[in-house]
Amino acid sequence: MSKPEFVYTTYIKTTPDKLWHALTDREFTHRYWMNCTLTSDWKAGSRMTMERDGEVKNECVILESDPPRKLSYSWVSIFDEDMKKEKPSRVTYVIEQRGDMVKLVVTHEGFADGSKTLPSVAIGWPMVLSSLKSILETGQPLILDPSKDA
Amino acid sequence: MDISRFKPSLVYTIYIAATPERVWQALTSADDSRQYFSGFAVEVTSEAGGTFVLRAPDGSVHIGGKVITYAPPRKLAVTFNVSWPGLVEALGETLVTYEIEQAGDAVRLTMTESHEREIDEDILSGGRAGWPAILSSLKSVLETGKPLVVKMELPVKMLAALKWLGVKVPGM
Repeated sequence: MSKPEFVYTTYIKTTPDKLWHALTDREFTHRYWMNCTLTSDWKAGSRMTMERDGEVKNECVILESDPPRKLSYSWVSIFDEDMKKEKPSRVTYVIEQRGDMVKLVVTHEGFADGSKTLPSVAIGWPMVLSSLKSILETGQPLILDPSKDA
Repeated sequence: MDISRFKPSLVYTIYIAATPERVWQALTSADDSRQYFSGFAVEVTSEAGGTFVLRAPDGSVHIGGKVITYAPPRKLAVTFNVSWPGLVEALGETLVTYEIEQAGDAVRLTMTESHEREIDEDILSGGRAGWPAILSSLKSVLETGKPLVVKMELPVKMLAALKWLGVKVPGM
């Protein structure tokens, strides 16, 4: 039996500092994160919101912030009544320099069995992280069908 | 070949700014694969029932298999067996399926590794580490023209598990 979690690894030709900036800068996140904007001061204990069209979709709290190596936050999807009632899950980014590139591992875990949030984020993460890789390597985000993402 | 008994054990999805035709070409051409697949050349017959080979830079067959589905530019399914003596006997066959779909202005590429038997997590760890590096590099080749040369650590858990199963792992 595998644990209810989502793990995604990607390699990006960039530096840990640029990747950290891409993950935490409000204006930059808006460019590639499927029309979402992430806002926080990124200090442990602080609130972080992910909003789209002025509406908060996901409520987060920073759990660990160790620039540019590790970032972790809790996550509650509040755009859906069922997801809103689930216990907060946890996202962790681990950033590792590998020669002239960076290895990024994103783990989203802490879901209850039967979570509705997990299948939703499992669709969304490859879109967001593929777009992140594109914008860092080419300067351009991906233009995906935004109607279906989480 | 009846592939209904194969169970997926590893799925990796990546979105690429390219056309389905260009992604198909990258998956099926030796010139492209040498760039993103650590110098290995894909040789695939363009019909179901044909052969699939991943040839090492030294000319040897590293992975061999049969073409199950050849449907450009949407779906390629091949059996994908590392050619180490005793491997297929120990693990059964491996199936790799690539699915290519249009997604907005980009392409969604989904790679699924399936097995006909239950496979130990230690053995799957090789693919879990390898596929993200290969497919990240494929995306970079198509979007920037340059591959990523990812230096991988040896998949020690996988190699130890294979050796324990009696597979003749080169150099061990």
